[in-house]
Amino acid sequence: MTAGEPLLRVRGLTKHFPVRGGLLRAVDGLDFEVRAGETLGLVGESGCGKSTTARLLVRLLEPTGGRIEFAGQDISRAGRRALRPLRPQMQIIFQDPYASLNPRHTAGQIIAMPLQVNRITPPDGIRARVRELMELVGLDPEHDNRYPHEFSGGQRQRVGIARALATGPRLVVADEPVSALDVSVQAQVVNLLRRLQRELGLAFVLISHDLAVVRHFCQRIAVMYLGRIVEIGDRDDICRRPQHPYTRALLSAVPDVARRDRAGRVRLTGEVPSPLDPPSGCRFRTRCPSARERCAVQEPALIRRDGGNQATACHFPAGASA
Amino acid sequence: MVPYLCVDDLRVSFTGRDGAVRAVDGLSFAVQRGRTLAVVGESGSGKSVTALAVLGLLDARQATVAGRITLGGRQLVGRPEAEVRRLRGRDMAMIFQDPLSALHPYYPVGRQIAEAYRVHHRRAGRAQTRRHVVELLGRVGIAQPQRCYDQYPHEFSGGMRQRAMIAMALVNDPALLIADEPTTALDVTVQARILDLLADLQVEFDTAILLVTHDLGVVAQVADDVLVMYAGRAVEQGSAEQVLRRPQHPYTWGLLSSVPSWHGDPATDLAAIAGSPPSLTDVPAGCAFHPRCRYAADTNGRCRVERPELRSAGAPGHRVACHLGDEQRARRYARDFAGVTR
Repeated sequence: MTAGEPLLRVRGLTKHFPVRGGLLRAVDGLDFEVRAGETLGLVGESGCGKSTTARLLVRLLEPTGGRIEFAGQDISRAGRRALRPLRPQMQIIFQDPYASLNPRHTAGQIIAMPLQVNRITPPDGIRARVRELMELVGLDPEHDNRYPHEFSGGQRQRVGIARALATGPRLVVADEPVSALDVSVQAQVVNLLRRLQRELGLAFVLISHDLAVVRHFCQRIAVMYLGRIVEIGDRDDICRRPQHPYTRALLSAVPDVARRDRAGRVRLTGEVPSPLDPPSGCRFRTRCPSARERCAVQEPALIRRDGGNQATACHFPAGASA
Repeated sequence: MVPYLCVDDLRVSFTGRDGAVRAVDGLSFAVQRGRTLAVVGESGSGKSVTALAVLGLLDARQATVAGRITLGGRQLVGRPEAEVRRLRGRDMAMIFQDPLSALHPYYPVGRQIAEAYRVHHRRAGRAQTRRHVVELLGRVGIAQPQRCYDQYPHEFSGGMRQRAMIAMALVNDPALLIADEPTTALDVTVQARILDLLADLQVEFDTAILLVTHDLGVVAQVADDVLVMYAGRAVEQGSAEQVLRRPQHPYTWGLLSSVPSWHGDPATDLAAIAGSPPSLTDVPAGCAFHPRCRYAADTNGRCRVERPELRSAGAPGHRVACHLGDEQRARRYARDFAGVTR
């Protein structure tokens, strides 16, 4: 990989699940890139395909179509053996710290597992590396023989983070890493992830429904709706100058402690259509306040306007004159 | 005006293998009709147990409830179960977090709501009940209520199920609505619409709402008054304006600054509270918050041994349970949090 080339490049990524009654188009044509050391947030509501995307990126799922390149190498169809040397470089953190840790293994065993599976022998031995990792994530290394149930929710998530970092990854995908935690504990874990990202220069894909957390953590944000990215760009552009009507509605729905009034907010009507049978043209048109005829016939491409970093998939975006 | 719901010195304890656990320890609050009180707390704070105690839904074999709960002038604690049941669903009703587990999967949604109506209106005829329920389904924003009446819960989306449950709660026109994390399982755009709906219905029905939540953003949008709970006790109480804009308890400061602000600087770390909420089997002595409080050392050890009582925090109606004096707190807040909370 040469300098300046993205660590992760995704082109036309799709994942369709055959279900009774047809094809569930969970992810339906994603394009994006993540550079080394960069943080990208994927936001959207349930059913938009963000968790499926997380699993595709680290190849826990095989894509139906499209390409995923990691460090210049196409991994979209790579088999077990071809993936093996890459696995240590890409890791995932799950939402539920209760379900993602084996209750019969000690914290030390859990954190050591990726090292053993990948046959990595750290210079000072596995035990020393485990202790080092536990300290790194703010756990007492003396607790390496404790079982998951002996830890609090926040500590359990730290165990999951230490496990993800054990092999020294370059990319970490985190799927709702703080959603299951108490508010006061969420802040600790967000701070920890930010520190680790900075200190270790990790590329991060953070998947979350919580826009405030994403804004706090990510340099770039991609907004998903019904299996597609509707808008992607730098944090400040997305948060301050959202162009896509869905992004605007999503931002407007975020309850903010600083805003007590509910007036003047964009409210979406209707329900999210089924991913078994997405609407023709623009998928958001059935709920879009500014949908017109063209939206039903032609699917809008994700394109940049005014040469900026922000790309929007909309025929009639906010900034442009119609 | 006498508040519709008055809770006075409520204490709830559970008996387990390791002895009694105090889930709620001396809680007092009141809710008037047409107003919303938000009970805010983290896991183990006792907020949901409080809701269940008011509804009389705690199993008497496991839980001991003491103190006074007065609903429209009637004392509920110690009242026979059959009488409380007559009030529940008619004078007070509940909206749960997860509508999928609160609705029966085998029966059409409309029939379940109709049943909730007929329990309290024995003489209502079938046709009249159906008309009433269909009208209500329409009022809570369900499109095609006639058709939806005969559909099953799995045919509803998450937002529609929550609307159906709100309809079920409102079917007998209760004066008190208890909502335990009513929007936590929902997406933000759906949450926004459900909160709008609750606010509109509250005006229409003049309902008193007891809202149990961990989400301060939701509190900011709908609450008139706020009660912050920690380890079974109130640590701060006041109007939403007071608690959110001029918070007095170090725990409230921490909670408010734990949530990333939409207007905050993303380059700065969140001012997190250290540690985790305590387990109720092991509540710290003195002020339960003291092991996590960065100011606990400022009171010569008092925080570690003596439990602070709620007292006035300066403004009328605003109360705080903290050993630090008003001025001490004001200085620390200005020094450590003024830029963080709003």
